[in-house]
Amino acid sequence: MESSGLFSLVPLIVILPIAGLLINIIFGGRMNEKDIGAVASAASGLAFVVAALLGFALWTGSGEAVVVPFADWIHIGALNVAWNFRVDTLSVLMMLVVSGVGTLIHIYAIGYMHEDVRFKNDIGRYRRFFVFMNLFIAMMMILVGGDSYLMLFVGWEGVGLCSYLLIGFWYEMDTLGRPSFANSNAGRKAFIVNRIGDFGFLIAGFTMFWWFKDLSFAGVFTQAAHIASIAPGVILFITLFLLVGVAGKSAQLPLYVWLPDAMAGPTPVSALIHAATMVTAGVYLVARSAPLYTLVPQAQATVALVGGITALFAATIAVGQYDIKKVLAYSTISQLGFMVAAVGMGAFAAGMFHLVTHAFFKALLFLSAGSVILGLERGHHHLAHHGGHGNGSPKSPDFGHLPNKSPNLTHLPTSDSELRRLESDDSSHHEEVFDPGDMRNMGDLRKQMPVTFWLYLIGALALAGIFPLAGFWSKDEILADAFQKFPTVYWLLTVAAFLTAFYMGRQVWMVFFGKPRHAAAAHAEESPKVITIPLMVLAALAILGGSLNLPGVHSLTLWLEHTIAGVEAGEFNFLVAGLSTALALTAIALSWVLYGRKPLAEGQIDPLKRLLGPVFTVFERKYWVDEVYWAVFVNRYVDISHFLADVIDGRFWHDFVHEKVIAGTYNWLSRTVLDLHVDQQFIDAIANGLGELTKRISSGLRRLQNGFVRSYALAVLFGVVIIVGYLLLK
Amino acid sequence: MAQTIPLSWYLAISAVLFAMGALGVLIRRNPLIIFMSVELMLNAANLAFVAFARFFGVLTGQIFVFFVMTVSAAEVAVGLALIVIIFRNKHSIDVDLMNSLKG
Repeated sequence: MESSGLFSLVPLIVILPIAGLLINIIFGGRMNEKDIGAVASAASGLAFVVAALLGFALWTGSGEAVVVPFADWIHIGALNVAWNFRVDTLSVLMMLVVSGVGTLIHIYAIGYMHEDVRFKNDIGRYRRFFVFMNLFIAMMMILVGGDSYLMLFVGWEGVGLCSYLLIGFWYEMDTLGRPSFANSNAGRKAFIVNRIGDFGFLIAGFTMFWWFKDLSFAGVFTQAAHIASIAPGVILFITLFLLVGVAGKSAQLPLYVWLPDAMAGPTPVSALIHAATMVTAGVYLVARSAPLYTLVPQAQATVALVGGITALFAATIAVGQYDIKKVLAYSTISQLGFMVAAVGMGAFAAGMFHLVTHAFFKALLFLSAGSVILGLERGHHHLAHHGGHGNGSPKSPDFGHLPNKSPNLTHLPTSDSELRRLESDDSSHHEEVFDPGDMRNMGDLRKQMPVTFWLYLIGALALAGIFPLAGFWSKDEILADAFQKFPTVYWLLTVAAFLTAFYMGRQVWMVFFGKPRHAAAAHAEESPKVITIPLMVLAALAILGGSLNLPGVHSLTLWLEHTIAGVEAGEFNFLVAGLSTALALTAIALSWVLYGRKPLAEGQIDPLKRLLGPVFTVFERKYWVDEVYWAVFVNRYVDISHFLADVIDGRFWHDFVHEKVIAGTYNWLSRTVLDLHVDQQFIDAIANGLGELTKRISSGLRRLQNGFVRSYALAVLFGVVIIVGYLLLK
Repeated sequence: MAQTIPLSWYLAISAVLFAMGALGVLIRRNPLIIFMSVELMLNAANLAFVAFARFFGVLTGQIFVFFVMTVSAAEVAVGLALIVIIFRNKHSIDVDLMNSLKG
């Protein structure tokens, strides 16, 4: 049974990345750049090979789930949670996406992070990057390959950790390279907001344990119907709290706020973690928990609405952003809203299909954006070194003003608002700080960077949902399913799709057309092959990805049917498809009218701002959600913690209880009572008295020794008399 | 005639002589007189030995007297030599002046 043999390979998907990271940790100090990157990419690539073999085994076999035991873990009373892997069509699909896209991104990162080494001359960081990336792949594999909610949670937490580590990768500076806490704050924000989601997940997990007495998928799902009949509220409770976890990890309302800040991390990180894989973990969770969700339609409706509202909300914000990566970040949140809405409605196949295609074209877009940023960096570098006719005076390359010693971080801004205040009054700077990600600095890059341009265009069209690229098929399937099942969500998603096409069009016109608005853009250079080749692979996938689940053929739906019961193949709805295509084309045309026909000139205000006025400001300022959160939650928490630290801990515990009460009493006891009275007066008296006694005795006895022979003779006589007397009288 | 003097009388004399000798050792300052007193004590012991020997008809006591006399003679010789030397150093033989061991 060859295929069953292949199934036992599944632990390798975790072991291989861990081996990769261990090799890089232990031997990385002696390896050169290329080898470190090669080891990491090979680990990820081999994991992809294993996943492919597992997929092959499922395809040629029955397609039913196989549980591969690995190790015993928790065995307490009735609870038996083992470290088992579950190989079924859903998990293998995720494994393929994670390792496939992951490997391409690793290869891209070899080139991208090389620039980092070149400019900052710090290979230790390069090594750290690949160690963290491999750790992420390992954790994500644990998440998707686990057979229990607990193992999924281990992976869930692990990817959250890696996200934190990688977002704050350049931890001592901000995106523009100035010494700051900004990047590490972004990592902290991601971790804390994710924690709130994790709290929801944990509550759901505890409830699951309490009622089901089991945390493995098989155990929970088989008991689900029974528990639903005796206590329906329990399942609703569990699914809603799982939704909290999904909102945290997959950046839905209201816990999406970490994802835009996460753009502080290197672009490969944004592509891998915050577009293709980690954020899709929430979607995977809902798809995996389908047996639970299908029992509670109210929870399903909630999930779908959360997804739909998030999709629209984030799309509106994306319209007003100027940073190339921020647009893509909000776009990701919006597309995740599509996926969450789909799996919430019960259209699991559509949601997973969109997950896969989105991984392709969003990774493509992020990596291409990275290529654009690199191109601008190179242009800026050129100006600084070779020309004086750019803006500002020649200065060191701007990939990060990394000083030779570590910066003094004690007087740095500690909140977003402080940072913004400092950024706005930059009077201490006589250097111009160049932001290579700001679209207002770009323009006409299709002449300077043609390859990147075409690849970006493919990604943008795929995202906008233009026939026949991948995004069209997956997005339309979601829309068709929504039209049937949940019309409200359908309208939310349709408007979001319209806005998606619009802001992508805006982005393409602003970045690649018109005239360069900054000298760095005029001197931008195309990126090397190690960066463009993975992009080409992703572009091919973005073009052909639709074939995964063509209507009529429904390959993916059939594939997933083995795992998720009741996943129906949706019919191809020409009306829906036609409407969405028409809307997309209208949106692109609108963006051309605003941004393409009369390209944005240097320093010109965004035409949409003049058109929409304050509405645009709301979009640009992201509805002031971060500010509200700071004011309502974070600052109150900071106040509480200041109170606890300064008043309770400092003034009460330290100054009063410890210093006055305990130390004071002790000192009083020891100085006054014990030292003065007991020690000096009593014990010293005893000691001195003994001495006095000895002196007196000795002075008394000294008189016996007067040197006179006669008195000695008298003493002898006395002695003799006594002894003889004693002997006689005895 | 010799048996009519009881033993106790001889012992009493011996005791009295011994006491006087001891007193002389303790009181007198001249070492020559002290030696004489020591001789007196020794002879008191001799008298006691001879009295007992005579009374019990045993010869042991009388033999012992010879030993005692020899020892006393030797001791006096040494003592007188010491006195001569002390006199050379101190130009006086008052025992009270020899109190260097005073503590």
